Amino acid sequence: MPADKFTRVSGKAAAMPEDNIDTDIIYPARFLLITARKGLGNYAFHDRRFAADGSEVAGYVLNDPEFREAPVIVAGANFGSGSSREQAVWALHGLGTRVVISTGFGEIFFGNCLRNGIVPIVVAEAELAELMAAAAAGRAFTVDLESETLVVGNRTLGFALPPERRLALLNGWDETDQVINQHGAEIDAFEAGQRAVQPWLYA
Amino acid sequence: MSDVTHSRPRTLFEKLWDSHVVAQLPDGSALLYIDRHIVHEVSSPQAFVAMRESGRALRRPETHLAVADHAVPTRSRGGEIADPLARSQVAELEANVAEFAVPYAEITGPEQGIVHVIGPETGFTLPGTTIACGDSHTTTHGAFGALAFGVGASEQGTIMAAQCLPQPPMKSMKVELLGERHPLVSAKDIALALIARIGSNGALGHAVEYAGDAVRSMAMAERMTLCNMTIEAGSRMGLVAPDETTLAFLEGRRLAPKGALWDQALAYWRTLPSDPGAVYDKVVTLDVAGLEPQVSWGTSPNQTLPIGASVPDPGDIADPVVRRETEKALAYMGLTPGQRLDTVPVDVVFIGSCTNGRIEDLRAAAAILQGRKVAPGVTALVVPGSAATRRAAEAEGLDRVFREAGFEWRFAGCSLCVAMNDDRLAPGQRCASTSNRNFEGRQGPGGRTHLMSPAMAAAAAVTGRLADVREFA
Repeated sequence: MPADKFTRVSGKAAAMPEDNIDTDIIYPARFLLITARKGLGNYAFHDRRFAADGSEVAGYVLNDPEFREAPVIVAGANFGSGSSREQAVWALHGLGTRVVISTGFGEIFFGNCLRNGIVPIVVAEAELAELMAAAAAGRAFTVDLESETLVVGNRTLGFALPPERRLALLNGWDETDQVINQHGAEIDAFEAGQRAVQPWLYA
Repeated sequence: MSDVTHSRPRTLFEKLWDSHVVAQLPDGSALLYIDRHIVHEVSSPQAFVAMRESGRALRRPETHLAVADHAVPTRSRGGEIADPLARSQVAELEANVAEFAVPYAEITGPEQGIVHVIGPETGFTLPGTTIACGDSHTTTHGAFGALAFGVGASEQGTIMAAQCLPQPPMKSMKVELLGERHPLVSAKDIALALIARIGSNGALGHAVEYAGDAVRSMAMAERMTLCNMTIEAGSRMGLVAPDETTLAFLEGRRLAPKGALWDQALAYWRTLPSDPGAVYDKVVTLDVAGLEPQVSWGTSPNQTLPIGASVPDPGDIADPVVRRETEKALAYMGLTPGQRLDTVPVDVVFIGSCTNGRIEDLRAAAAILQGRKVAPGVTALVVPGSAATRRAAEAEGLDRVFREAGFEWRFAGCSLCVAMNDDRLAPGQRCASTSNRNFEGRQGPGGRTHLMSPAMAAAAAVTGRLADVREFA
C-alpha cells in the first residue's frame, strides 16, 4: 500500500507532558475489533477525550478548540510504548497528526509511524521542555523533512530519521515494493544458501 | 552464512542477526530474512488486504501459522461468537487463511491457543530462527534462542510478500541473574523487579540476553515469562541461549525436525550460545537471592514494589516529574499514599495470558489453591494459554482444584489480559492479574490492574487482598 508522502507540515502542537503514553491510551484495545484502517481518528485517545457517557472531557488538550486540529503532538518520554497495534498510528493519522515529538518512542510504534506518513522526532530532554512550553503557548511548529528541521519561532532544531525511511516518506514509497524490487535476487540467493545448511527450515 | 569465518567472539544476538542478513542497507539497517511468522485475527486483516490489493501471493505460506486468540470468548468453545465484531474478525481470519493457504490452528481444534503459547508447543518456534508476529509479546519466543520480535500490520504484509524486513541496528544488553531464589519467587517476580529497576524504557534499542545460573535452572515456561516481559522494559527482543532444557522441551514436537534433520539442527543450535569473551553494549546484574514476591501498584509495569512494601507517597518525591506521575497513578489506581500493598482488597483474580498461561503456571497457582477457597466477593478465573495446556491440566486434575476453590475454568484465549473480548473489568474494579500490562484501561475502561505471579494471584484470590504467597508455604 503506497505510504502517505510527507514534505512539510506547519501548525499548532498539542502538549501532552506525561511520560509513558502507551498505545493502549492512544487506541484502546476494545476498538481493535474494527478491521478497517481508515476512519479511526475518532478513537484516538478515546478514553482521555470522552467520558463514559460519550461527552467530551473538559480541559483535555485535544478537546481545546485551539488544539483540536493540531498536526503536531509534543509528548513526554516513551510515547507509543506497549502494544504493537498499528491502529494507534492509523488513529493518530485519522485525527490529523503528522508529527510526534518526544525524548523517545516505543520502537514498534516508531517504525509504524514511518510507514504511515507520520514523522517521529526524537529530541533531548531540555529541548522537550522548551518545545512543551512553546506548544502550550500555542506557537506554530513547522517541520520540514527535506531539510530535517523543526522551526518554532526563531528557534531551529535539526533531527534525523533513518535515511532510507526519510526517502520513502518524501516519495511515498511502499516498503514491500521497495524490498521486492531492489532485493529480489538477494532473497532468492539467501534462501538457497539457508536451505543448504539448515534444511530443517524447509522440510 | 556458514562460509563466513568469525574470529571475534560474538553474542547469541549477533549470531542470530548475522545469519539472517539478506542485504546491508545504505543507512546501516539490514534486510533480515524472517523464517517464521505467526498470525492472529486482530493485527493481520490489514496485511491480508494489502496482499490482495497488490495481487501478490505469500512467498512461503508454510512459514506462517495462524490462530484466533485475542477476540475469542473463553466461557465456551464452538458455536457462534456472540459479539458481532469479534465474530466477523475471526471469520475474516478464516477466509484469509483459506484464500492464502496459511496453516491455521482452528478455533475448536487441538492446537488453538495464544500465539506465544502455541508457537513453542507445536515446535513452530525453533532456536536459531527469526520469528515475527503482529504482537509486541513476540519477545516470548526468544526463550528458545530465536530472534523474535513484534511488528506492525504493514510489516506483516512485507513479510508475507517478501519474507524479509528492513530492521534498524540494535545494541545488546546482558542481564545476569545470579543467586538462588525463594521457591515461591518466580520468573515473573524477577521480570517485574528488573523492570522496576531499569525502567519501562530501560532496555530500549537493545536486544536483551538473559544469562546466569538463575536462568539456566529455569524451565522453559519461566524463560518464556522472562522474555515475554522484556517488551515492558522497552526492548523488542529477549533472548535465552538454547541448552539441554530447550532441546528436551522441543524434541518430538509436531513441527520440530525429526530423525537426521533433528541431529543436524542440534549440531547447529549448540553453536548459538554467546562465545566466551563476547562483548555487550550494556550489562545489568540482578541478585535474585532474597528477592521478595513483587506486585505492581501503578499504571506502568515499572511501578512495582515488593509485596511487603507500601505504595509511594508523592510528598516524599523530590523529582517533580516522578511526583506528578506517582500522583496520577495513585489516583487512577484508587490507592492512598503510603498504604501497605498487602492491605489492598481485590475484586477479580485473573490467571492466564501469554505471560503466565502455561501448565507450569497453572500448577504453581493450583498448589496454593489446593484445599482452599476463593474469598467471598472475589471473582476468579483461570484461562489456560492453549487447548493443549487445558487438556494437560485436566489430565493432572488441576481443573478440579481450581473449580473446587471457586475459580471459573475457561477455554484458551487472551481473555482478561486485553479488554477486547467478553472479559473485562468494570470501571473501578481491581484485579490481581498474571498478565503483562497494568496500563490504564488495559483490562477495561477504569479497570485497575496489579501484575503478579500465578502463585501470588492465587494467594490474592484466597485472602481477597494482595498477599504474600510465602505465608502459604
